[in-house]
Amino acid sequence: MVNQGPNILSYIIFIPFIGMIILTFIRRENVKFIRIFTLLVTIVDFIISVVLFIKFDPEFAGMQFVVKKEWIKSLGISYYLGVDGINLLLVMLTTFFGPIVILSTKNAINKEVKKFMIFYLMLQTGILGVFLSLDLILFYIFWEAMLVPMYFIIGVWGGPRRVYAAVKFFLFTMFGGVLMLIGILVLYFKAGLNSFDLVEIIREIDLPLNYQMWLFLAFGIAFAIKVPVFPFHTWLPDAHVEAPTAGSVILAAVLLKMGTYGFLRFCLPLFPNASEQFFPFISVLALIGIIYGAMVSMVQPDLKKLVAYSSVSHLGFVMLGIFSFTQEGVQGSIIQMVNHGISTGALFLIVGMIYERRHTRLIKDFGGLASQIPVFSAFFMIVVLSSLGLPGTNGFVGEFLILLGTFLRNKVFAIFGAVGIILTAVYLLWMYQRVIFGKLKDEKNKLLKDLNLREITILVPIVVLILWIGVYPLTFMMKTEKSVEYLLEVRKLKSERTFFVNEIDEYKIEICDEQVLSQKIND
Amino acid sequence: MDYSIPTINLGVIGPEIIILLTAISVLIIGLFPNYRRWSISIAFIGIIFAFYDIYYLWNLNQVGFDGMVLADNFALLFDIIFLIGTLLTLLLSGNFINQYIRGTGEYLSLILFATLGMMLMVSTNDLIVIFLGLETLSISLYILAAFRRSREDSLEAGLKYFLLGAFTTGFLLYGIALIYGSTGTTNIYSILNLLKDGSVEIGILFYIGMILIIVGFGFKAAVVPFHMWVPDVYEGSATPVTAFMSAGVKAASFAVFLRLFLTGFSPIISQITGTLAVLAILTMTVGNVVAIVQTNIKRMLAYSSIAHAGYILIALTALSRNIESEFSAASIMYYILVYTFMNIGAFGVVIYMEKSEEEVLKISDYAGLGFKKPFAAICMTLFMFSLAGIPPTAGFMGKLYIFSSAVESELYGLAVIGVLNAVIAVYYYLRVVIFMYMKEAVLDFSYLSARPVMALSLSISIGGIIYLGIFPQSFISLLVNIL
Repeated sequence: MVNQGPNILSYIIFIPFIGMIILTFIRRENVKFIRIFTLLVTIVDFIISVVLFIKFDPEFAGMQFVVKKEWIKSLGISYYLGVDGINLLLVMLTTFFGPIVILSTKNAINKEVKKFMIFYLMLQTGILGVFLSLDLILFYIFWEAMLVPMYFIIGVWGGPRRVYAAVKFFLFTMFGGVLMLIGILVLYFKAGLNSFDLVEIIREIDLPLNYQMWLFLAFGIAFAIKVPVFPFHTWLPDAHVEAPTAGSVILAAVLLKMGTYGFLRFCLPLFPNASEQFFPFISVLALIGIIYGAMVSMVQPDLKKLVAYSSVSHLGFVMLGIFSFTQEGVQGSIIQMVNHGISTGALFLIVGMIYERRHTRLIKDFGGLASQIPVFSAFFMIVVLSSLGLPGTNGFVGEFLILLGTFLRNKVFAIFGAVGIILTAVYLLWMYQRVIFGKLKDEKNKLLKDLNLREITILVPIVVLILWIGVYPLTFMMKTEKSVEYLLEVRKLKSERTFFVNEIDEYKIEICDEQVLSQKIND
Repeated sequence: MDYSIPTINLGVIGPEIIILLTAISVLIIGLFPNYRRWSISIAFIGIIFAFYDIYYLWNLNQVGFDGMVLADNFALLFDIIFLIGTLLTLLLSGNFINQYIRGTGEYLSLILFATLGMMLMVSTNDLIVIFLGLETLSISLYILAAFRRSREDSLEAGLKYFLLGAFTTGFLLYGIALIYGSTGTTNIYSILNLLKDGSVEIGILFYIGMILIIVGFGFKAAVVPFHMWVPDVYEGSATPVTAFMSAGVKAASFAVFLRLFLTGFSPIISQITGTLAVLAILTMTVGNVVAIVQTNIKRMLAYSSIAHAGYILIALTALSRNIESEFSAASIMYYILVYTFMNIGAFGVVIYMEKSEEEVLKISDYAGLGFKKPFAAICMTLFMFSLAGIPPTAGFMGKLYIFSSAVESELYGLAVIGVLNAVIAVYYYLRVVIFMYMKEAVLDFSYLSARPVMALSLSISIGGIIYLGIFPQSFISLLVNIL
C-alpha cells in the first residue's frame, strides 16, 4: 500500500488535544499568551494537514496513511484511521478554519478565554476524529465526544437563549447518535467478523434488503439530523443564532459536513440497495430543504438567522448530489461541502464583525454601508457572490456539478434544484442590497470603522480560496476523483451482489461467484 | 499460612473475618473518646488487609463449610467491588463523622457490617447463606438510614426502609421455602443438577419461588415496581450513607441475580425473558422520566439509580435469552464496577457541597460552581457525562457493552428503548452541568474549603471512570476468564 509513512493522521488529530492539555496548566490570567498559543497550535495543525494534502496520492483510490492498532480486543475495536479522497478535503477544511476562528475571537470572546480555547481545541480533535476514523465505534466515540465542547461553546459564550439552544443541539444529535449506535451493533453482529473495521465490513457483508432498510434508517436519521435534512432542521437556527461567532462558524463550516460525510462514507457503500430505495425520498426532502430554506431566509429580519437558514438550503444541494450516485454529482457534493464551509463560514464571520461594531444584526438597522466601510463591503460582496454560485467563484463549480449529476439521474429533480439556485440569488442579493446600498440613514452607522488588519488577515485566505476553487478547481477535484469512482463502483457491484444474495435466499441456488466479485471490489 | 481444617475451612471466609474483626475493633475503640479519631484509620487498615487476603485467595477456588461457602474468583471480584465502594465511602465520610462524633464507632462498624453482608451474599452456593448475608446488610442499612436521629426525614427514611424491607424479606424467604419444597435442597448447584437430569419435575411452585426471589432482590436493587422506597430513603439518609447504599446494595443484588441465573436457575431462565424485559423497560422509563422533574439533587440521583438498575436488567434479559453469552454476564459486572465509581463520585460532590446546618441540595444551588470551584465542577461534570454515557468515559463503555449484549441476543426493541432512555437521561444530567457553567451563582461558595481526603476519593473515582473508559480491555478479559 502507498503512503504508509509515519502516522501523520494521529498527529493531525492529537496536536490540538496535546495543546489542550498544555493549556490546562497555563494560568487563566495569561489571556494574551493563551490566545497566541492556541493560534500556534491550530496553525501547526493546518501546516501538517497541508503536508498531508501534498503527499496524498490522487491515483490511489483506497485508504492512505492508514494507522491501525488494536484497542479493545474482546469487541474487535481498533484505533483505525485513514484518509482518501472523500475525507481529505474535509480534514483540510477543519484545520483551515482553526486559525481563522481563533483570530476571530479576539474581541468576541472576553470571558473565560482559557476555557473557550480548551473547548475549541477539544472540538477540533473531535471533528478531525470523526472524519478520519475508519472503525465504527471509534467514529461513534468521536461523534458523541465532539458534542460536549460544542455544547459548552454554545451554552457558555452564546446569546440570550443559549441554554435552550445548547440543550436542543445536544439532545437532537444524541437522539440520532444512539439510534446509529444500535445500527452499528446490529451491523457488527450480522457481519459476524468480530470487528468494527469499516473497510472490512464493506468488503465482506451482504445484508438482506429488509436489514439494509432498517439500518439505513438508523444511520440515516443520525446523519440527517446533523446535515440537517428538512424535517430535522429545527435545532439548526437556534444553535447557529445563539452560538458565538466562532461557534457558528465552526458549526456551519465543519460540523454540518459530518452528516453529509456520514451518508457518503457509511450509508452508500454499506446499504447500497436501501440507498437506492430511499433515493427518491431523500432527494425530495433535499429539494424541500433547498426551496424551504431559501424562502425562509428571504423573510428573516436578522442577518445571522438568514445565514443559518441558507445552510439548510445549501446542504440540500449536497444531499441531492450525493444521492444522484453519479461521478459528477458526488464529486460536486464533496466540493460543495467545502464551498459551503468556506462561504457560510465567511458569512458568519462577516456578520460577527458587523455585530461587534454595532451590536445589532437586524437588517433594517443597516443600509448604505458601502460608502462608510468600503473594504468590508467589498469582502462581503465576494462572499455573497460565492455563496450564490456566481461563475468564477467556488459556489458555481459545486452547484453546476451537482445539478449535472442530478440531471443525468432525474431531470425533474434537477429542474427544481435549479429553481433553488435562483431563490438563493434572490435572498442573498436582496439582503446585500438592503445592508450595503441605499442611503446611510442611521446616525450610528456613520461612526462605523472599516476592517482592521486582523480582520483582513482573516478574510483574505478565504477570498483566495473562493477564487482558487472557482477558477482552477482541479487542484482539489483531482484528489477526490479516484476515491469517488471507487466508492460508486463498490456501491454498484455490491448492490448487484446483494441482489443476487436475495435471489439465492429465495431459490436456494448458487448463482454468482462470490470470489470474482470480491476480487473486482478489491481491485 | 495453612488454613486447612477438616470440613470447616476458615480460610475461605478470610476477607469476611478480617472485615468482621475490623468492625468490632472500630466499635470498641469508638467507646474511648481519646482514641476515637483513630477508628477511621483502623477501618482503612482492615480494608487493605482484606484486599491482601483476596489477592492471596485469587485463583485458589476454595470451598468450605461443606460447600456452603466458596471463594471463587466471581465472589472475590465482587468482594473487590464492594470494598472499593466502602473505601470510597469512608474517604467521603470525614465531615459526617465530625458532625456525629459520638457515633463514630457505630457508623463505621455498621458500614463495615453491611460490607460483610454483601461479601457473604456473593461468596456462597446456598440460598440460606445468601439470605443471611442479605439480612446482615439490610439491618445495618436500616440503622444507617436513620442515623441522623435528630432529623425527622432521616427517621422516616429508616422506618420506611425497614418496614418495606422486612416485607420483601418475607417474599424472599417464602420464595426460598417454595424452592426448597419443590427440590428438597437450598444448594444452588444441587438445584442445577436436579433440574438438569430431570429427576425433579419443575412445578408451578418452583416458578413461584423463583419469581418471589426475583421480587426480593428486585426490591433491594430498586427495580420498578418495587422502587417506592428509593427516593425517600436516599433523600432522608445522610449523603455518605446514600452513596454507599446506591452503589453497594445494587451491586450485591445483581451479583446474586447473576450467580443464580448462571448456575441454579440456568436451565429454565429462558422462560422468564419476557418478564425481565418488561421489568427492564419499566425500570428505565420510570426512573428516567421521573428524574427529569426533580429539583433536589439527591432525589434526582435516586431516580437515576433506578434507571441504571434498568440498564443492568437489559443485560440480564439478554443473559436469560442467551445463557451461553459470556458477553452479557461480563457487561453486567463491568457496569456494576463503573457504576460504583461514577455514582459514589457524584454523591461525593454532593457531600462536598453540603453545608452542615442548611443543606445545599437543590440543583439550582449549583449555579455558578464551574467558575468558583473548578475542580469540584469538573469532577461533577465528568460524573454526569459518565452517568449519561458520553464517551470517552467508562459510562459509555458500560452502555456499549450492555446494548451489545442486547443486540447479540437479538433483543432489538429492548436495545432501542434502552438507548432512547439514555437520551432522556442526558437531559437531566445536563441540567446539573447547565447550572454549574451557564447560570450566575446564587450562593457564595466561601464556606467551601479544600478537603484533601475528599479530593482523593473524587480523584480515585475519576481515575476509575477514565481508565475503564479508555482501556476496558484488561478488565473485560479478566471477567471473561472468571465466567
